[in-house]
Amino acid sequence: MKGPLTARRLILSLLLLGLALVVTLAIGAGIGSSKAGWGDFFGGGEAAVTILRLRLPRLLLAAIAGAALGAAGAVFQAVLRNPLADPYILGVSGGAALGAFAVTAAGLTAMAPLLPIRQAAAFAGAILTVLFIFLLSSVGGRVASYPMLLIGVVTNTVYLAVILFIQTLVELTRLHGLRIWMIGSIPIEGYDVLTPLAALTAAGVVAIGVFGRDLNLLSAGEDAARSLGVGVERSRMVLVAVASLVTAAAVAVTGPIGFVGLIVPHVARILFGPDHRLLGPAAALCGAIFLAAADTLARTAIAPTELPVGVVTAMAGGPFFLWLYRRQRGRTYFE
Amino acid sequence: MTTHAAAEPGAPLTAAAPLLEARGVSFRHHGARVPLFDRLSLRLAPGEFAGILGPNGSGKTTLLRLLAGLLRPDSGQVILEDAELEALSPRLRARSIAVVLQEPSLLFNFSVLEIALMGRAPHLGLWGLEGAGDFTAARRALAEVDLAGCEDRPVQELSSGERQRVFLARALAQEPRLLLLDEPTAFLDLRHALGLYEILRRLNRERGLTVVTVSHDLSLAARYAGRLILLNRGRIAADGAPGEVVTPARLRDVYGAETDVFLDPTTGTPVVIARGPALGPADGAERGPAA
Repeated sequence: MKGPLTARRLILSLLLLGLALVVTLAIGAGIGSSKAGWGDFFGGGEAAVTILRLRLPRLLLAAIAGAALGAAGAVFQAVLRNPLADPYILGVSGGAALGAFAVTAAGLTAMAPLLPIRQAAAFAGAILTVLFIFLLSSVGGRVASYPMLLIGVVTNTVYLAVILFIQTLVELTRLHGLRIWMIGSIPIEGYDVLTPLAALTAAGVVAIGVFGRDLNLLSAGEDAARSLGVGVERSRMVLVAVASLVTAAAVAVTGPIGFVGLIVPHVARILFGPDHRLLGPAAALCGAIFLAAADTLARTAIAPTELPVGVVTAMAGGPFFLWLYRRQRGRTYFE
Repeated sequence: MTTHAAAEPGAPLTAAAPLLEARGVSFRHHGARVPLFDRLSLRLAPGEFAGILGPNGSGKTTLLRLLAGLLRPDSGQVILEDAELEALSPRLRARSIAVVLQEPSLLFNFSVLEIALMGRAPHLGLWGLEGAGDFTAARRALAEVDLAGCEDRPVQELSSGERQRVFLARALAQEPRLLLLDEPTAFLDLRHALGLYEILRRLNRERGLTVVTVSHDLSLAARYAGRLILLNRGRIAADGAPGEVVTPARLRDVYGAETDVFLDPTTGTPVVIARGPALGPADGAERGPAA
């Protein structure tokens, strides 16, 4: 499905991906460690409850998080002009992790267990970090890409060191739940959590798609983008803000899930071409499919024991990506 | 020497209202102690083919970027017809001014047609999908640069001559009135360099496109441009017809090089033969600013 982007190709590609996502969700909801499957759905037994209350919310959360990470990865790779960039490079994960760690270590989550304090702190940490990095990497009113990348990497590293420092000071019992979150996992959340998260992510992905033309031009370089009519500073600010927002919202619930934001945009680019008007939404849908499938595998591969989803994304996703990359013989990237 | 000479005999440039004008433009590079340009003024008439020349560090590329609106002057104005460039939205500016940069870069391997279509960006609506008219414009631009049969080829597979022409096609697809090129022949061999200049000449003559090139090749610029602007450390050292600008005395002054200048018997344009570095204290830096 390549060639110049037309409305027909855009719609067909997204329909195809949407269909693939529905199939992935349907298969995922039908299997699990309990024997409940679609065949028993209308039987009035436990199956419907298992599917609707346990498996589907978890699958949907995986899909939302995957969509956020995939789309954000596509944005960061184009805006920072670096195929190694992913949502974490700007310290989004570090900021989120530090926020969550700080409030938990301070005992705030134990004081008010019913409020989503940890999620709120993770979200705030991620957003504040992005603002901080923008501020630090701007020289004379212009934000330069490479300094931004470098400052992001350094900030992230400092955060991880601070987390280790806090971990050493505070007794580990209080941090138990946090450690599972830190590995990255898909918890079962209610639809009251999923609905706003889905709405936010969908709005973000649509915004990324609308800014797809700017992303194409930004990936060709700052001067080229400017000469072709892109308000570079404004576009970049909006795109990074949207990508950080959707990532932070997802990471606050699932914890930092690695690898998805890095490889999903590359897979989408190999399959659907480099035009970001399609690539943005396509990376979101590919990410949703990938993480939903990975989490299903994590639940079922060695059931009843569960694997951390990060293990599956790397063990299955890595070789798949390498195979796909070799198959197209380096034709995706210019240099 | 900032008086304007005729681009071609009998065609005074100053008669027409300028298409683009720099008025008292000052610019200092970030971190530089002294400004590069101090109240520099320059007018470009519609339909001109101008070549900006000058030694390394004379400010050629910076001037081009200021004229293109890629850089903001510290003071002074760049005016496109009657609008100040800074006051125009980037989109509006990109519909009038197109730039071919020295080392066009790409991160992803777009196809030839996709790159030409990028030139349509300033003409697209909010949802940003190209329509039939945009495809026509992009294909016409590719035909102008003789790449009509290469639409689906990925840019990575192209030779450097073809690559340069793809980026020229992207600029042409913008349907600009002014085309600015920074060292368009830097990586091209003689045949491709000539080919590119022939395309620029055709666009200039047949379509009335105003063309400004920044270049190091004095003879080639003199052969194709009707007007040469010689820069020396941020000042216009000479501005006029090639025969007036390219003289041994001036090249010694500005470049610190001994040259012989002959007139091409067929075109009548000056041809520069380098003899060696200037004898004596040649470098302008040792003598203070050139007049």
